[in-house]
Amino acid sequence: MSWLPIALVAVPLLGAVAAFVPAVRDSAVAWGIAVSAAVLVLAVALAAVFDYARPAEMQLQTDWPWIPGLGLRFHLGVDGVSLPLVVLTALLVFLCFVHLAGHPPAGGRVSGLVVTLLVLEVGMLGTFLALDLLLFFVFFEVVLVPMYFVIALWGGAGRRSAAVKFILYTLLGSAVLLIGLLVVWTQAGTLDMVALAGHHGAGIARSAQILAFLAIGLGLAVKTPMWPLHTWLPDAHTEAPTVGSVLLAGVLLKMGSYGFARIAIPVLPEGAAALAPWLGAFAVAGIAYGSLACLAQRDLKRMIAYSSVGHMGFVLLGFASLTPVGLNGALFANVAHGLITGLLFFLAGAVKERYGTADMVRLGGGMLRRLPYVGSLLTFACVASLGLPGLAGFWGEMLTLLGAFRPAAGLSRPLFLVFMAVGGLGMVLTAAYFLVMLSRVTHGRAVETVAPAAPLEPAAPLAPAQPDEPPGPPLATAEGVREVLSELGEGAEPVEPVATEAAVAALGAEAVADAGEAGARGAARALGVGSTDAAEAAQRRRPFRDATVYELAAWLPLVALIVLFGLWPKALFAVTTPAVQSLLGSGMAP
Amino acid sequence: MTGGGVIQSIDYAAVAAPLVLALVAGLVLLLDAFLPARPGGARVLGLVTLGGMVAALAVVAVQAAGGGTRRTFCVPASLGGASATIRAAPASCSFVADRFSLVIAAVVLAAGVVVVLLSMTEIATGRDGGPAERGRIPAGEWYFLLLATLTGAVLLPASRDLIMLVVSLELVSLPVFALTALRRHDGRAAEAALKLFLVSVVSTAVTLFGVSLLYGVTGSVHLDRIDAALRTAGDMTGGTGDMARVTVVAIVLVAAGFAFKIAAVPFHFWAGDVYRGAPVPVAALLSVVSKASGFAGLILLLTYALPGKAALWTPGVAVVAALTMTAGNVLAMRQRGAVRLLAWSSVAQSGYILAPLAVYAVAPRAAVGASVAYLVFYAAMNLIAFAVVLLVARLPGGQDLEAYRGLALRSPAAGLSLAFALVCLAGLPPGLAGLFAKIVVFRAVVDGGLGWLALVMAANTVAGLYYYIAWTARLFAPPAAGESRTVPTRAAAGAAVAVTVAVTVVFSVAPQVVLSVSG
Repeated sequence: MSWLPIALVAVPLLGAVAAFVPAVRDSAVAWGIAVSAAVLVLAVALAAVFDYARPAEMQLQTDWPWIPGLGLRFHLGVDGVSLPLVVLTALLVFLCFVHLAGHPPAGGRVSGLVVTLLVLEVGMLGTFLALDLLLFFVFFEVVLVPMYFVIALWGGAGRRSAAVKFILYTLLGSAVLLIGLLVVWTQAGTLDMVALAGHHGAGIARSAQILAFLAIGLGLAVKTPMWPLHTWLPDAHTEAPTVGSVLLAGVLLKMGSYGFARIAIPVLPEGAAALAPWLGAFAVAGIAYGSLACLAQRDLKRMIAYSSVGHMGFVLLGFASLTPVGLNGALFANVAHGLITGLLFFLAGAVKERYGTADMVRLGGGMLRRLPYVGSLLTFACVASLGLPGLAGFWGEMLTLLGAFRPAAGLSRPLFLVFMAVGGLGMVLTAAYFLVMLSRVTHGRAVETVAPAAPLEPAAPLAPAQPDEPPGPPLATAEGVREVLSELGEGAEPVEPVATEAAVAALGAEAVADAGEAGARGAARALGVGSTDAAEAAQRRRPFRDATVYELAAWLPLVALIVLFGLWPKALFAVTTPAVQSLLGSGMAP
Repeated sequence: MTGGGVIQSIDYAAVAAPLVLALVAGLVLLLDAFLPARPGGARVLGLVTLGGMVAALAVVAVQAAGGGTRRTFCVPASLGGASATIRAAPASCSFVADRFSLVIAAVVLAAGVVVVLLSMTEIATGRDGGPAERGRIPAGEWYFLLLATLTGAVLLPASRDLIMLVVSLELVSLPVFALTALRRHDGRAAEAALKLFLVSVVSTAVTLFGVSLLYGVTGSVHLDRIDAALRTAGDMTGGTGDMARVTVVAIVLVAAGFAFKIAAVPFHFWAGDVYRGAPVPVAALLSVVSKASGFAGLILLLTYALPGKAALWTPGVAVVAALTMTAGNVLAMRQRGAVRLLAWSSVAQSGYILAPLAVYAVAPRAAVGASVAYLVFYAAMNLIAFAVVLLVARLPGGQDLEAYRGLALRSPAAGLSLAFALVCLAGLPPGLAGLFAKIVVFRAVVDGGLGWLALVMAANTVAGLYYYIAWTARLFAPPAAGESRTVPTRAAAGAAVAVTVAVTVVFSVAPQVVLSVSG
């Protein structure tokens, strides 16, 4: 069955190539769903044939020479560390395509987005499957250009600079990572990760290990991201379209932390031991900084982005402890963060789509009343993210703190106790900012400060109608809005935009309704805060549309998994624990 | 030869490739004189030139397939050597067709094929679309000069003595001035030609002075004998004394002359104006053929004549490489014209080609192999970019980067090809060729222990990405309002794009093709 890892990489790649065929391009989203579903089936099959009796071993390996001149082999395989991430990636990509079917982002063509997402999937899955240092690096780089285009073409208002920042930062990280990997290669003479991990650093001088760990760690820390190298992240997450944010937070960040678990720590144990205190210090600085920054945010997406900095801080703290407990916690927190933050970005995207803004002040309160489904799921996701026991967010962070409580032999315990204390404080602050946010947005009376951004498409199966009406002219004053509305309404009283599609269908005068809608759209866009007559009128008549079928289909699997891993963490730990012990080697276990 | 009585036997099989090119060059001149002056004439000349290039490429391929090393123009050890100590050495040959020279010859000939294809489009259409008498290029002279340049470029990597090196380098350079200025009544082209001429003449003068000093010190012009003489001199004097100092000056001067040709810092300033002023095919020629010859000459000089002095020149090469890539990238970031951007970016790429040579003292084979491999990858990627730029430059205002907005949506083939070339040059997947080229160079540098240079290269990779990705993003951005012009389709240039893209894709999937011949 060793063709499974190859198929996991090949299917999305061929899917991306096939998406250029005109016949496929016309129904690109359906094609994307089909391909990503096939990949998900392959990933589940991978999980099914995986031998859980020996999760510490590399299984289903493929090992072909690719570029003998570089010593690069096409070496793929899966073990207990990578398996959960492979399945998570396949799942999130599939859910993103499902979401895309109902909610295509504005910007370039959707078929282009389908191609970029599929190429992105190739890179993400390949990174988790690669067992050759340079092959890992190649896949690590594959994600950069597609993600750049996802942000730059389908992103928000500040997309251009956010995309450039993202790619420049992460490429700088990659270049340093490459130097580190090459140092390992020159010292150890092999690129085979399995062999390298098996040696536990034997054959690499201590000074070279420290140097290589520094370079590899810096490279991965940009991606993870570790404070203070995180500055690309808030912009990228905020400006990316919903699916981009979900994959960025849900998978791309994991590539950095996975690199720590797969390469930096097992291959360079002495380097890791020497630099672990620094890693821990930056990790807890990130936890504290992330949560304090969250308290200061007004934008919902930006807040979730900063919360990622804090959560990934916990992951890094777990790695820094160099204990099986800490590493286990880190890997668990990794997966949990992927699920929870993926869900959070889906929800934030849904909020932004409905309100036209993610600014918490302008959102006002009362979301639970206006959008019961979205509001309650947002509450659920936030509670999961702040680490409520019984949900997935809890176990990982608790275990990383436990790892810091008793770090590996050779690490300064008092120092790590301080780290643990700061981390604990960070957890409290995390709870604080999420609760503050919930009280602002979901609870309270619905202060209707924001008009719906745009009429939502009907949840028609698979082929949502594209809005074709041109955006209205930019209007500066309420007077202008009224004028335009009356003009569009052919001299009659300002036509109130009609909300539900059923009502639109019922109305015979479609043209009038369309014109009215176009005007209201223009008004809502130009004025933002709809304190004008027209927008308020629109507001009264058109309630927000709650979660659509597509959204629920994308969200509920994540909810189920968050609950599952919260109640039954052993499902994940059973796979990771033996793998972690073998990664650290016998000598490191406490 | 002195003394007479020495009859050199010439191995015509060894010199077949340059011979074919030179004969076809003569044929082109004759045909130009006798063919009736009608529109199809230029096309015939282009096809003849193309045939000559392909024939020479085939010769090189046959020689490479045959394996082994062919030598000719040899001087027995008893002649020409000044010092008695090297009289026992084997014969020194001026022309050696070994793997290095064949690889470089293949690269320049393949690039030559692409340049001819681009020239056919350039000559068939005037500046701004449509054939116009003003600014028309005389086809016969053009192709003759092109073939002359290529003859020099094929001779150069096989040269193993200083005289032949300088002569073939001049054979590469001189026709290029004329090619640059061949479009009549074009002030910019004339200025570019003059600039190139002055730079080139100065660099030749500097090189010749260095060559004369080297000859004075060693008493020989053959690279292997220079090496031997320098080694014995070094053994005797311990590397001090007046001779050693003169040797240092000679090395610096000769290297400086080559640095002009490859536009390395601090002799890089001419690149922007000359590339911009010259017709696009000539810019492509400069950035690939001329540059490859310059590098071949530099590598020959440093590694055949001066390997004993590696400890002396490697630090200098490292510094020049770092400065070249940095300066090229910084200048490229500020450009708004496509050709100028490519000019400076190719200066930056020169820095990467140069970088592995800095570890020659530690790992000689890997250093040269990495340099040559990067050169091959670079040639393929860069030629795609120039081919598409030539097509877009046909449009009014097509010189400007703004003209590329939405190109991938208006003309998908051209847009996607250029996007592929740019991500290759940036060194990112899906441009795997560029990524592997970068890895090869990084590996050589890290292996050689030059950590600081690796860090400078890392920073420069990011700097380079900044402008490559900005250009790539422009290709996919929604076109400006009312802009729906598609790139005119031209068979020849289209073929050039197709060939270069195909080669680069092969290099991406199977980079071993390059690594096995260069390493």
